[in-house]
This record gives sequence, C-alpha cells and structure tokens, in this order.
Amino acid sequence: MVAKLTRAERQFALILLGLMALCGLVMAAGANDDLFALHGGLILAVAVGLSFLVISGLDAPEPPPERLAEYYDAPSRVAIVLTMGWALFGLAVGDWVAWMLAYPHLTVDAAWASFGRIRPMHTTGVIFGFGGNALIATSFHVVQRTCRTRLAGQFSPWFVLLGYNLFCLLAVSGYPLGITQSKEYAEPEWYVDLWLCVVWVTYLVLYLRTLAQRREPHIYVANWYYLAFIVVVAMLHIVNNIAMPVAWNHSRAYSAFAGVQDAMTQWWYGHNAVAFFLTAGFLGMMYYYLPVRAQRPIFSYRMSIISFWGITFMYMWAGSHHLHYTALPHWVQTLGMTFSLVLLVPSWGSAANALLTLNGAWHRVRDDATLRFMMVAAIFYGLTTFEGSFMAIRAVNSLSHYTDWTIGHVHAGALGWVAFISFGALYSLTPALWGRQRMHSAWAVEAHFWLALAGTLIYVFSMWNSGVIQGLMWRTYDSGGTLAYSFIDTVVAMHPYYIARAVGGALFLAGAGIGAWNVWMTIRSPDTVSQPAGGDRPLTILAGE
Amino acid sequence: MPETGHALTLLFAKGFGLFYLLALSVGTLIYAFWPGSGKRFDHAAKSVLRGEDQP
Ligand code: HEM
Ligand code: HEM
Repeated sequence: MVAKLTRAERQFALILLGLMALCGLVMAAGANDDLFALHGGLILAVAVGLSFLVISGLDAPEPPPERLAEYYDAPSRVAIVLTMGWALFGLAVGDWVAWMLAYPHLTVDAAWASFGRIRPMHTTGVIFGFGGNALIATSFHVVQRTCRTRLAGQFSPWFVLLGYNLFCLLAVSGYPLGITQSKEYAEPEWYVDLWLCVVWVTYLVLYLRTLAQRREPHIYVANWYYLAFIVVVAMLHIVNNIAMPVAWNHSRAYSAFAGVQDAMTQWWYGHNAVAFFLTAGFLGMMYYYLPVRAQRPIFSYRMSIISFWGITFMYMWAGSHHLHYTALPHWVQTLGMTFSLVLLVPSWGSAANALLTLNGAWHRVRDDATLRFMMVAAIFYGLTTFEGSFMAIRAVNSLSHYTDWTIGHVHAGALGWVAFISFGALYSLTPALWGRQRMHSAWAVEAHFWLALAGTLIYVFSMWNSGVIQGLMWRTYDSGGTLAYSFIDTVVAMHPYYIARAVGGALFLAGAGIGAWNVWMTIRSPDTVSQPAGGDRPLTILAGE
Repeated sequence: MPETGHALTLLFAKGFGLFYLLALSVGTLIYAFWPGSGKRFDHAAKSVLRGEDQP
C-alpha cells in the first residue's frame, strides 16, 4: 500500500501522521476527563502504528509512472478486507445482544458490557463499519469503471478509507467507556464528528473530481446514487451534530437543539441515514453489479432516473413518521406519513427494475449464488419499503411503534437488503480485484447464501410475530376497562421469539464467517488467470495511443 | 411571537413545498422522457456490460 505512493506522497503521509500523533498527545495530556484522555491515547497509538507502516516502506522504489494509466484498486482491496472484518465484529456483537435479550444474565457484571453500551456497538459496527466500508470499496470501483478513468487522487483514497475507519474505531471504542451523545446512529461525540466531517468532505471532493475526469459523456446512474449518498450524509451529519463542547479538552458536548426541535432534527437525520446510507448507496451498488453479473442492461434506464429523483427528494420529508403521537405538530406527522406512502412508488420502481432485469436470466440466478444474493436483496428491498410505508400510517404505527415489529422491519432491510446486496457485490468484486477467475470456493458461496437466507427469514418472522403479539397485548383491555396484561406478561410472551431470533442471527453470522474465509482464501490462492492484455484499464491509455 | 413562526412554517411547507415538488416531478419526467435522450440512456445502460474489464 505504501509502495503505490511516490516518495513525496509518503513524506506527506508521515507529516500528517505526525500531526495526528501530536493531536492525540495533546488530547491525552491536556484532557479534562479520563475518557477524553483515553481517546487521545488511542489516536496517538493509531498514528504511531501507521507511521511504522509508512517508514518501513519509505525507501521502496518509486512506483512506475505507467500505473497512472491503470485503475487504482489497492484502496478497494483493503476496504474489502476491512468490510469483512467489521461484518464479523458487528454481527457477533448483534448476536450477543440478541442472546442477552433472551437470557439477561448472559453478560459480565461490568458497566461496559451492559445492554445500553453494546447495542450501539452493534449498530455502529454493522451500519458504519460493515456497510460504510462496503460502500467505499464499491464506490471507488464503480466510479472508475463507469467513468473509464483512474481515481483523481493517489493519497486521498487512503486518507478517506483509513480516516473513516478511525472514525468507526473511535465510535465503537467510546460506547463501552460510556462516551455517547445519546442520538441514535449519531452517538459519537463532537470531536469524533468533526473528524468525520474532514474525512467526508475529502471523499466528496475525490468523487467529484473523478467524475469530472470521466471519459464517458453520460454519468452512469449508479454514480448518481453514490453521489447522493455522499452529499446527503454530509449534510445530515453536520446539521444533526451541531453542539457545544463543555470545554476543548472534554469529551462531552451539548446539542444546539432542545425539546421537540431536537427530536425532529434527530429523526430527520435518522430517517435519512436509512434513506441515504442504507438505501441510496446500496442502490448504486445494485445498479452496477446486478446488470454486470446478469450480463443484461438494466431493464429501464428511464425508470432508474425517475426513481432516483423520487427517492432523493421525497425521503427528506418522511422523517416525522418516527414521531407519530408525540408533541410534534399533527400536520408535520401527517406530512411525513403522506410522503412515506408516496415513497413506495420510486422504491418499487427500483425493486421492479432489478427483478425485471433478471427476467430472462433466471437460469443464471439458479446457477450463480452471487447473482442470487442480489436477487434476494431486490426482493427484500421491495418488501421492506412496502412494510415501511405501511408502518408509517399513523394508525398502524400505533400498533407497531415501540414493539419488535420495528426491529423486524429494520432487519428485513438490514439483513435482507443491505447485507445481501453487499455480499453479492463483494463476491463479484473480490475475484476481479485480485485477478482471479472466481471465488476460491463456489460451494462456500452457496453455503453462505442458504445460511444467510435461513437466518434472515428466522429473524424477521420471529420479530414480526413477537412485535404484533406485544403490540396487541399492550392494548388489550378486560371487561372492567383495565389493561389485561402487565408488562412482565408481555416480556414472558416474547421469550421464545427472542431465542429464535438469536438462533437466526447465529446462522447469519456463521454464513458471514464462511464468506470471510472464502474471501481470504481467494486472496491467498495463487493466480489462476493472467489479466487479459489491454484489459482492465481506464480509457486514457487508448486516447493517448 | 412563536405563533407567527409556526404559521409561517406551515404556509411555507404547504405552499412553496407543494409547488416546488410538483415542479421537480415535472422536470424529472421531462428529462427522462425527452425524445433525444433515449439513445444516450441505451448507450449508458449497455456501457457497463462491455466486458467489465475491457475499456
Ligand atoms: C447476526 C445478525 C444480527 C443480529 C443477531 C442482530 C441483532 C440485533 C438486536 C438484538 C438488536 C436490538 C433489538 C432491540 O433493542 O430490541 C439490533 C438492533 C439493530 N440492528 Fe441488528 N442484528 C444483526 C444484523 C444487523 C445488520 C447486518 C444490520 C445493518 C446493516 C443491523 C442493524 C441494526 C439496527 C439499525 C438496529 C437498531 C434498531 C432500532 O433501534 O429500531 N443489524 N440488532
Ligand atoms: C419506503 C421506504 C421506507 C419507509 C416508508 C420506512 C418507514 C419506517 C417506519 C414507519 C419506521 C418505524 C418508526 C417508528 O415507529 O419508530 C421505520 C423504522 C426503521 N426503518 Fe424503515 N422504512 C422504509 C425503508 C427502510 C429500509 C430500506 C431500511 C433499511 C435498512 C429501513 C430501516 C429502518 C430502521 C433502521 C428503522 C428503525 C429506526 C429506529 O427507531 O431506530 N427502512 N421505517
């Protein structure tokens, strides 16, 4: 990785790492609270570790100038490994949380291991660690191939990738220590947020500059989705995290918002994090890898564009469906509900577009587990968005809110859609980037597919059952007009479903374990094919000939 | 005068919001169905298939 940089770039990397180490040192030494000092120490340690890496490669020969005529895939390769690492971590913690809900004693008697602290380790680990790295890996690959040009930076892709993973590390290490600003999916404190801002703006500039250098007249639709993901996440992140630190050397900060405004800002953020982090970026993935894998152009390019603008502009208004029956003005709730219903149109537009693309290639779907991952993803995407629109109706929400139904909806989207499309994309990408013809073991892909599907179905069905039972028990009155069940009755009724969910999660985790092994073996196994001459290169080289 | 703030927001959301989204939908549809764009879109849709690895 260091060998790909020029000497000057390596020196620049060292200067940045020096600054980072200094930052960590100042945080650790000048801290006003122990938690801040611990994070300072962590930053220092990461900077020192990376410096060793750079120093060890400092004297490597300069990379050949011809590399600039090739695609720049080294960052994507590292991102793939990180993706699988975060997947194992995030899913394992998730399954631990699941077992803990079934058997509350399955934890150690320490504050760090309490439910409230390891739950955000799960959500951050899977959404930002697993999902985010998958998005970075694929977005770098897709933007280069569809624009037929090399990434517009040598050093910045590394800055984005490693900087982003530092963000994830600081976030996940902060929760067990008790560092959180208590906003769901935006838990990290002010200094970690500021760092993500810097990384994200670099990502945006890198992406825009690469698009500007494209050799194709039209920007392929997958890039629109990736770009929407990058732009909107920047906007959401900045607004929702406006806060005033207690002091420059203290980990705690107070939000600029209060009361119902705070709730609205948080769920404008939270819902659009779902829309642009867990949806738009992964749609970009789908619009590239699914047609390529099926060897058929997308069914309707027009429909993909209409869906794009529909999703981009309507999701923005739907956040208030998270706040039905609250102090939020009634008309704002109605607005969110209406937009959620209309959202079904562009959502199904994309799901149908994907399935219609496969229509005529069903033999491929049958034979190729990788393509099957993507097909299942499209189905679950359709299912989850239908369910979401339904749950956004105020009367339905009065039953589903606070229950496991929401958790079922979340994981239909997270497992069935996000994880399935990611694994499908990774199984296409990994052999391509390491110059292999296919994954190390086709059998392992098949096994992963069935474990993941079984795990998802068990998870989702048990949560649907449990959620509806819970919701109904909470609203059942006896003839005297009082509640028929006490809260603990509903907890007892949940128990079997919680066990089922944890078993489903274990299957899903086992599948991902097999996947990680397969990716690793594909990387390690010797070259089976040599790259075709004049093969995978940007168009620049042809233009120059 | 918090009342005015609320009333203004309401007017903005129900007035401007409506027309801006209508305009946006019409704009998107015009862009997507503009007669000349069909060929460009076909080209784009097929462009990703030219053998993933061949420029
Ligand atoms: C092995 C697979 C998984 C298991 C066993 C699992 C388990 C859990 C559990 C037990 C909870 C807490 C539920 C509660 O508080 O009642 C949870 C929450 C959550 N998980 Fe997972 N999870 C898994 C995979 C994933 C993946 C892959 C994603 C995202 C890509 C994800 C995203 C979330 C989110 C967003 C929440 C918070 C939901 C909410 O607050 O409504 N999970 N998960
Ligand atoms: C048209 C699309 C969608 C609509 C209208 C929608 C609507 C909803 C609604 C009404 C809730 C429950 C809010 C509550 O009662 O608290 C919810 C929760 C949630 N949805 Fe969706 N959804 C959609 C698609 C998706 C997708 C594709 C995902 C992908 C993973 C997803 C992830 C989530 C998450 C993580 C939550 C839990 C938020 C929390 O309380 O922590 N949704 N959604």
